[in-house]
Parts: sequence; structure tokens; C-alpha cells
Amino acid sequence: MIGIWALVAYTRVAPALGVPNLHNPFFLPSPDTVAKSLYNMFAHEGFAHDVWASTRRIGLGFLISAAIGIPLGIAIGSFRIVQAFFEPIIAAVRYMPASAFIPLLIIWFGIYEKEKIAVIFIGVFFPLTLLIADVSAGIPKELVNIAYTLGASRWQVFWRVLLPASWPGVLDNMRIGIGWAWTYLIVAELVAASSGIGHVILSASRFLQTDKIIAAIITIGILGLLTDALFRWLYWFLFPYSERVSR
Amino acid sequence: MSSISVSDVSMVFKTRRGRVQAIDRVSLEIPDAHFACIVGASGCGKSTLLNIMGGLVRPTSGTVQVDGRQIHGPGTDRGMVFQSYTLFPWLRVRENVEFGPRLKSMAKEERRRISDRLLQEMGLADFARAYPKELSGGMKQRVAIARALANDPKVLLMDEPFGALDALTRAAAQRFLTGIWEQHRRTIAFVTHDIDEAIFLGDTVYTMTPRPGRLREVIPVDIPRPRTLDEFGTPRFGELKRHILELIIEHENRGVSQTAAAP
Repeated sequence: MIGIWALVAYTRVAPALGVPNLHNPFFLPSPDTVAKSLYNMFAHEGFAHDVWASTRRIGLGFLISAAIGIPLGIAIGSFRIVQAFFEPIIAAVRYMPASAFIPLLIIWFGIYEKEKIAVIFIGVFFPLTLLIADVSAGIPKELVNIAYTLGASRWQVFWRVLLPASWPGVLDNMRIGIGWAWTYLIVAELVAASSGIGHVILSASRFLQTDKIIAAIITIGILGLLTDALFRWLYWFLFPYSERVSR
Repeated sequence: MSSISVSDVSMVFKTRRGRVQAIDRVSLEIPDAHFACIVGASGCGKSTLLNIMGGLVRPTSGTVQVDGRQIHGPGTDRGMVFQSYTLFPWLRVRENVEFGPRLKSMAKEERRRISDRLLQEMGLADFARAYPKELSGGMKQRVAIARALANDPKVLLMDEPFGALDALTRAAAQRFLTGIWEQHRRTIAFVTHDIDEAIFLGDTVYTMTPRPGRLREVIPVDIPRPRTLDEFGTPRFGELKRHILELIIEHENRGVSQTAAAP
């Protein structure tokens, strides 16, 4: 609630403070204008279709990144051989901005779904893998040692200690990673797309419809909040034993 | 009959500032069903020594034997309990206790029998289904002891298990451990920097001095069992305490005068 008030206050106060151009409703439309156009977009312009297109790309791109990144990250964090083999490459690629790959990916995959998913994959997979590797590498040594003294083999330590000890951190980082997925998806859709929220933003910009742009950005924000809520619920549901979960 | 012995163990760590001799030719033998306490100031290598006995750390030289057989790493014949809370947070209390038996693929009923008995003894029967986060520090350490005992180890190695507990909980835990030990009669090596604790619990107190970590003196504690809280006030207790304190302080003073003499 306070957050909403802060937003409203900002739209009212900012013009008074002389923030450039913000007093002009063309540059910063009022909240009710934005709300109206958001309604129009859903009711008459098939915006739901674009939202779905974007969500689907996020889902696929993120799932593929996570499906490879989680096991690989855990393996890198747990086994020195795997670390030596993969970490340098992944660490290097992580510094290359995913958006810089877009022209190349268009040549490789065309301008349709595969390219979008590839952009998300490059933007998410590499940093996510490294974060998850950090989670596994950071499992307290005492837990591993105590398992050895209780008679665990290396393999048992991996399955019964490292893996279960890693899951909460893995979920935390997935929650962070899906945020990056949105960033890269919108960039990809701004460059070339015939559907999706990014595409709507770009078209609106061509016709100077700032209200639609803002409505689209807010939609992304709301989807982000929903995703976050989902992850928080998952955490609560899967890890009732965590110190962070009170009941 | 289960004894654990350490023969001529030395440990040298290589650090950025050069080599540090953490343990210098320590030999000791803890006989069957004996409660041995190892005391010393922090940094005297007592924890490292215990980790070597547990097989978690490989000594630079020397060997460790359980019942005369040399050890080559951690094993179920030696159960360990650490100062930090090492319960597996994702497992319930019972599952933590059954961790060792489960690794051996012991049948469910048998595992259950073991955990039931131990939880009963530890006064934790009502907490079998609780997660570690729901327990107090003292209870966590009781679960850790139960988990170590569930493997029916020959030797119990304890590294300041009550170090993180407040004074009252700690006193209760000490009496509790004495009770457990009188029941199970396990060979125990117990590392602590608390001299009272060492005298109250131990049949023997081994004192260690730091840099390099050496065994200073072996002091038999001739206070009869069962011991009660009254022992803390007896003259014999005071004598033993003063003696042990002197062994440790004597060394500290030497360290100070050396430092003071340095330019």
C-alpha cells in the first residue's frame, strides 16, 4: 500500500520539483490515463496474446537455462574436476552482454521464437550456473565432515548432503535469475519481434503512445511480482525446515 | 574393548606466512571405556588433534590406531560431535539420528528401534518429528550425540560440544553426558578449554601447550564417580584445577616474557 502511495506521490510531486518534462502529460501520462489504456489494450488490442507470447518465451528460455544450469552448477560447486573444466568458460561468457549476441543469434536462428529463447538462455544460463556453483561450494564443511564420520561415501555425501543442502540456495537464485530473463526478453523483443510485450512497447513508441508504453512496463512489473510470490510460496512449501520459514 | 591411540603425530600447516607446527610429536593412548579430556588454550592444536583422530585431517607424520588397527580416514568406529551445530537442517530429529544406520541400509524397524531408544535416553522422544530449527542449542547437541551413538561407535570424539551453550544449559549438558557415559561406557576423547568441565567429566585430563602444540602433562582425575555438582567445591577439585591452570598459565607467561623481550 505504501508503495502505491509513493508512486502516486511521485507522479504528483515530481512536476512541482521541476523534474524536466514530467509536468507534461504527454511525457508522463497520469495514472488514470495509463489504467484506461491498459484496459483498452487487454479489451480491444489483444494485449493478452502479447503477454502470453512473452511469458511463454520466458518460461521456455528460463526452464532450459535452469534445466542445464542447476545440475551443472551443482556439479561445478561439488566436484573440482567439473569446476576446472567448465568454470573458466562460463565465467568468461558471463561477462559478454547477452544483448550483444542478438545480431548473431538472428543470423543463426532467425527472428522468431528460437532466437528469443536463445537470448534468454545466454543472459540467464551463464550467471545462474555460477551462482548455483557458489551455493554448492558454500555448503558448510562441517556438514560434509559429519556425514563422512557417520560412514558416508563420497557419493552418499553428494546425494544426501550436498544436494539437499543446496536446494534452498538454488531456488533463491532461480528467483533472481528469472528477473534477468525478463530484461533480456524485452531487449530481444525490442530488436525484432511481431508479438510480445517488448514488441508492443516498440510499436507504441513509434506512435508516441507513452501511456501504452507505461502500461506495458507496469504489466511486466506485475508479472514480476506474481513470479516472485510464486517463488516465495515454493520456498515456504518446499523448505519448511528453513530458519527463514516461520510457522 | 576399544581403545584409541595416537602415535607420534605431528601436523604442519603451510600458510602464507610460512610453516606452522600445529602439533609436535603427540602420543597418547585412551584405554577402553575411558573418559579422556584434552585441555589447552585456543590455538594449541587440540581440535586439530581430534580431527586427526577422527580421520578428517591427515597428519604430517604419525599414526592413529583404534584397537591397534591404523585408521585411514573417517569411519563409523569413531563418532564425532562438534561445537557448531551440525544437524542436517532438512531432516527431522529422528531422521538425523537415523542418518548413520540409513547409510548402512539398515532395515526400517531396526533403525526405528535404535532412534526410539536414543531419543528416549536423550529426553527428546517428544521432538522426534521436529526440525533442528525448532530446538534449543542444548537439545541440538543432544541430538548430535544421539546421532553419533546411533552408529554404535567404539570411540566418541567430542570437540567442545558444549562450547556454544550458555552456562546453565552447559552445566545440565555436562551432567547429562556423564549419565550417558555411565550407561554406554564408551571410550571418549573430549576436547575443551574449560578446565572445570574437563575435571568434572574426565577420568584423565591431558593438557596441551601451543606453538608448537605439545602434550604437556597427563593428570589422572581421582575424584570418585558418580560425581555431583558438589565436586566443584571440594579441595581436591580446587587442587587439580590450580595445577592444570598453572601448567597452562606457566606457558602463557613464558610467551608474554618472550614477546616483551623482543625489540
